[in-house]
Amino acid sequence: MSEPLIQLKQMTKTYGKGLAAMQALCGVDLTINSGEFVAIMGPSGSGKSTVMNILGCLDIPTTGSYFFQGIEVNTLSRNQRALLRRHYLGFVFQGFNLLSRTSALENVELPLIYRGMPTAERHVRARKALDIVGLTGWEDHSPAELSGGQQQRVAIARAIVTEPTVLLADEPTGNLDSARSREVMEMLCAFNRDLGITIIMVTHEPDMAEYAKRIVHFVDGLIASDTLTEQKP
Amino acid sequence: MIWNALLLALREIRRNLLRSALTTLGIIIGIAAVIIMVTVGNGVTAKVGEQISSLGSNLLMIRAGGRGLSGTAVKPFSLEDAKAISQQISHLNAVAPSASKSTTAIFGNKNWSTTITGITEAYIIATNWVIGDGRDFSPSELRSGAMSCIIGNTVWRELFEEQAALGSKIRLNSLSCTVVGILKAKGQAFGRDQDDTILIPLRSFQRRIAGNQDVSMISVSVDDGFATEKVQKQTQQLLRDRRHIAGNEDDDFFILDTKEITATLTGTTKILTSLLGAVAAISLLVGGIGIMNIMLVSVTERTREIGTRLAIGALEREVLLQFLVEAMVLSCLGGFLGIVLAVISSIIISKVIDVPFILDLGIILVACAFSAAVGIVFGYFPARRAAQLDPIEALRHE
Ligand SMILES: Nc1ncnc2c1ncn2[C@@H]1O[C@H](COP(=O)(O)OP(=O)(O)OP(=O)(O)O)[C@@H](O)[C@H]1O
Ligand SMILES: [Mg+2]
Repeated sequence: MSEPLIQLKQMTKTYGKGLAAMQALCGVDLTINSGEFVAIMGPSGSGKSTVMNILGCLDIPTTGSYFFQGIEVNTLSRNQRALLRRHYLGFVFQGFNLLSRTSALENVELPLIYRGMPTAERHVRARKALDIVGLTGWEDHSPAELSGGQQQRVAIARAIVTEPTVLLADEPTGNLDSARSREVMEMLCAFNRDLGITIIMVTHEPDMAEYAKRIVHFVDGLIASDTLTEQKP
Repeated sequence: MIWNALLLALREIRRNLLRSALTTLGIIIGIAAVIIMVTVGNGVTAKVGEQISSLGSNLLMIRAGGRGLSGTAVKPFSLEDAKAISQQISHLNAVAPSASKSTTAIFGNKNWSTTITGITEAYIIATNWVIGDGRDFSPSELRSGAMSCIIGNTVWRELFEEQAALGSKIRLNSLSCTVVGILKAKGQAFGRDQDDTILIPLRSFQRRIAGNQDVSMISVSVDDGFATEKVQKQTQQLLRDRRHIAGNEDDDFFILDTKEITATLTGTTKILTSLLGAVAAISLLVGGIGIMNIMLVSVTERTREIGTRLAIGALEREVLLQFLVEAMVLSCLGGFLGIVLAVISSIIISKVIDVPFILDLGIILVACAFSAAVGIVFGYFPARRAAQLDPIEALRHE
């Protein structure tokens, strides 16, 4: 596995057609290796979410190509991309996107159900994931009964329960106060360090970006800078 | 994969319990309405058939008098006419001449106005009467014209208050008459109480009550398995000859075929049943559209959730299957509850309007198939819509 985990080559993304066309990405080259922890920063509208959607195989680039473990994602069908998401990717959405009126445990179980895991094993894995994010004892609570920080932790548990190759997080701390944000970031660092999960995270806050090993700056659909952070001792 | 879809669908139904219950209600009512209509309708048809067969099976009732020929004197039959029928026409089980008259029966201080019918030994057989208590007339009673009578259940109740009656003497037309038997009850037929009757030997009737030799009706019972139509034709020709009716003249008697009446009346109730069933089926359709409506609303309402599922790695067909199974579970559950409700209410309604409860397994199978079909047909459109959502669009929803 000498090839990089993720490789973007001269990738562009245009929304709409004709006069209304809006070029969100204007030729992005980016290579991310296994085990990295990358923070993506940039002003609003610079194309951060767009690049995340493409990295997450939810969308395909207009031109250029995206290789995931050497596979060109553009050539995959809708279903093949769904399977790729199912087996390799974990998502933490900005708005949590938990199922309402559904217990924390059932929320976390969801990706495992789609993987077709037997009930008993599924329960064990989901409980373990909730335990990792520090929500033991909250399994039977629905999102409405949880605080914002707890909801975000359920969303993280749901993303890591499958032990994905890559964890994609679009502003995971966007809705949280700084203490809660730090908790979440510590957690992501731990996954990166202990489980070897590659993490790509969008954030507006420089404090949070500090936790990552590498910071990529986007401006107007282009990469403006790509720097490694000096690691804390 | 089916198990997964079922698991996900059941969780979804549990999440929206009230909405699911209301959706199901449409199907429950539709299915129940269809089954109740058909079941009760079948009961009514059966009851009509029962009433007619209680008149006597394979029976031709021949009455003197033309149809709508008022003014002309009714020319009665005679015992010889009956004899001729039984001798010249084959495949007859019994030929029973009879004559009747309204009269008042008196016992002790009780009066009861009823119909008195003079009969021969063939009458009881032809008209399916059963002697519940006591005995039939003996041949010597019939021959000699004895004043013995067999009373119907209503007469027994009104005159004797269901107490011992055999051997008692009642007064008919100021003649004293000994009760020798009581008929088993037959019940109502077409609004007439069949048990409100007194039977006496025809000879006694003619001599002591009517004072003539007339026979007003001849009941002809045809052997089982033989077409009554043919017998009816032959009898008609025979009677025309005997009564010297010219070729261009109308009959001055008429022949009523109970089989024919049965066919007409049960045909009518069957048509009514299918009509009501069809109306009920429309309510089932409305129930199905209700499911589609709810599922469509729920697709819109759950757009974000569907986006989440797709982003997590749900395949298009898994989302499709989940929604489809959801609709199927709702409609099949509705179908099942509808059947239960229908069976219970049909039993009660049948009791109340006094018709037999006849459960048609066919209609239940049709109901099951229909409710499953409703689930598939009306669930498919919303399900496909959910499955084809673009995950990004869906996630951005709201
Ligand atoms: N589905 C879409 N249709 C049309 N234009 C879109 C669509 N999604 C994004 N855009 C446009 O593409 C550009 C980049 O959007 P994107 O969401 O990637 O920005 P962002 O960097 O994530 O911003 P923010 O920090 O505000 O989330 C924006 O100008 C946006 O208007
Ligand atoms: Mg964004």
